[in-house]
Amino acid sequence: MVLKAFFPTCCVSVDSGLLVGRWVPEHSSAVVLAVLHFPFIPIQVKQLLAQVRQASQVGVAVLGTWCHCRQEPEESLGRFLEGLGAVFPHEPWLQLCRERGGTFWRCEVTHRQAPAAPSAPGEDQVMLIFYDQRQVLLSQLHPPTVLPDCQAGATPASTGGLAVVFDTVARSEVLFRSDRFDEGPVRLSHWQSEGVEASILVELARRASGPVCLLLASLLSLVSAVGACRVFRLWPLSFLGSKLSTCEQLRHRLEHLTLIFSTRKAENSAQLMRKANTVASVLLDVALGLTLLSWLHGRSRIGHLADALVPVADHVAEELQHLLQWLMGAPAGLKMNRALDQVLGRFFLYHIHLWISYIHLMSPFVEHILWHVGLSACLGLTVALSLLSDIIALLTFHIYCFYVYGARLYCLKIHGLSSLWRLFRGKKWNVLRQRVDSCSYDLDQLFIGTLLFTILLFLLPTTALYYLVFTLLRLLVVAVQGLIHLLVDLINSLPLYSLGLRLCRPYRLAAGVKFRVLQHEAGRPLRLLMQINPLPYSRVMHTYRLPSCGCHPKDSWGALCRKLFFGELIYPWRQRGDKQD
Amino acid sequence: MEDERSFSDICGGRLALQRRYYSPSCREFCLSCPRLSLRSLTAVTCTVWLAAYGLFTLCENSMILSAAIFITLLGLLGYLHFVKIDQETLLIIDSLGIQMTSSYASGKESTTFIEMGKVKDIVINEAIYMKVIYYLCILLKDPVEPHRISQVVPVFQPQVTPEVMGDREDRQQVFGVPYEQAKTQAR
Repeated sequence: MVLKAFFPTCCVSVDSGLLVGRWVPEHSSAVVLAVLHFPFIPIQVKQLLAQVRQASQVGVAVLGTWCHCRQEPEESLGRFLEGLGAVFPHEPWLQLCRERGGTFWRCEVTHRQAPAAPSAPGEDQVMLIFYDQRQVLLSQLHPPTVLPDCQAGATPASTGGLAVVFDTVARSEVLFRSDRFDEGPVRLSHWQSEGVEASILVELARRASGPVCLLLASLLSLVSAVGACRVFRLWPLSFLGSKLSTCEQLRHRLEHLTLIFSTRKAENSAQLMRKANTVASVLLDVALGLTLLSWLHGRSRIGHLADALVPVADHVAEELQHLLQWLMGAPAGLKMNRALDQVLGRFFLYHIHLWISYIHLMSPFVEHILWHVGLSACLGLTVALSLLSDIIALLTFHIYCFYVYGARLYCLKIHGLSSLWRLFRGKKWNVLRQRVDSCSYDLDQLFIGTLLFTILLFLLPTTALYYLVFTLLRLLVVAVQGLIHLLVDLINSLPLYSLGLRLCRPYRLAAGVKFRVLQHEAGRPLRLLMQINPLPYSRVMHTYRLPSCGCHPKDSWGALCRKLFFGELIYPWRQRGDKQD
Repeated sequence: MEDERSFSDICGGRLALQRRYYSPSCREFCLSCPRLSLRSLTAVTCTVWLAAYGLFTLCENSMILSAAIFITLLGLLGYLHFVKIDQETLLIIDSLGIQMTSSYASGKESTTFIEMGKVKDIVINEAIYMKVIYYLCILLKDPVEPHRISQVVPVFQPQVTPEVMGDREDRQQVFGVPYEQAKTQAR
């Protein structure tokens, strides 16, 4: 196999010295982590390497020599460099050489032990792969390969060679802590040798976050304790709590906040990203909510809204009355059964009358209610939208009632018809065996059954028409609520931090690597530049999506149509944990 | 060492295959696809604008014309950025892996690198697209079960595979390296 030497781009123009890194025998690759400069004392070098090996669990060793000089190295220097191979025994021993100002490199590999089978000349080739140490250190490969916590050097051969390189660089942070301003016994060159990167703000935030998190975590646990107390388990409040989407959204946000302010450190990078995405989502939510709040409370818009609300509700009720009058006449030229029509029509008209009176009773309080509801937008735009969805549900409660009446009537009618149809044919439903069996009926049973069947059949168009009209209205309301829920879901689950990271620091989220062949001359080793291939946006969204409330339509389209045909009640957006009706 | 041959694809456009040999362990194959033809571009633009003008004479709303211009521009940009591939490159590096780069007409480059450990085999596969065409593809190993194949990755766009008449040896020669040698190279 070709020997691959991974060389950091930051060390390309440093002075001569020793190559320090890790040798991976399964992939025949040498990962150079740093260059150790002359002068040094071999004992101190070995001590440093032993310390690094223990701290990072990476098999760091001296891999060879690096020579960066003005012209071709003289004989004495060459022998000195080879002599170093005896001081730091390593198999194979790498000798990289570059002329100062030149573009082409030379590389020699010496094997101490003679190979078992004599290999053909030129077989032992070397490939130089340059990599940006800082980017490789900070980046994360997707999908993450889980390398077991292993002893120095032992890596399972089944993992890819590149994952091993990334892992080696990431775990050798200990080696990169010293810079050239340290008064240590050895002088190393690596990506941080010009000075360790740090930020005062980040350090201050880190110190302050401890007590702040503790305080907020205790406050949040207090709030959750209050929320879990027994008063809310009693019937009216628990029922309301499960039906209103605002409560669900508040619970969801409380969970998020508990996650953010928990005092436990994130164990791996996936959890850290999740925390960061949650923080970004909450901040966006609150920012949008505050914008909405300032818009609502400016220029007395709430007053205008409140003034417009009651006439709109009146208008809706009036339109419904017109609709019912139309149904009570001859809708679309169909001839309805007069008596049933009048009964149903009057029944629904009375409901609308009650509803209008209720709205008029509420009208003096509407402005206050809206003002307080508007204040809730400071908790987040999602809360305000959930409240809007609940208000729509409350205001269209009469449509919901009409739908339920119509559906129940229709459902009864359909079941009656199917059962009497079976009687008409001389069959019956066997409950024990769950199938249709033949049955001999008495004459009077047949007579009454057929009579009832005829009555129900001829009353079917009237009921079906009322059912159809009110189902369409209900579906319209459900569609509007669904759109609002979709928007809430979007804000809840968008991984903003990951998307921002992909935009501004694409090397942090790596889908893989890409290679570029650098200028090549025959007889010289092949030089490649390894760059990070960033993750595409679709995969970022897919991998880092936050879990949403779970309010997705449970029924497929086919099941929905079946339910509509048989008159079963539909609740497309059931909250999780609700009982089926 | 460079070498260039030209072919024609299944639709009749001109293709150029360039082979570069960097070292015994590294080779590159570069396939340049036919360019966007001015004729088809003009035809599409004229059709869209004539249709928009027809609608305008019916509706007397000038928004239709602006909308048509927008749609044409956005459609062209989208086509150049997401669909029209200018050049495809295959870089084979011994014991490291295989890299496939597609560069689009708008300058976007999308690269995929497959590590040698994941490659099970390189084969020439047949597909039916109005007639039988041949394309090179890479078989990937399943990470869970090494004996199964998890994915088949076509190397170049199958529609622009050079149309080759002739027998199996001729087809293998088109891709630059004879089939058996490609297998040993990749190991």
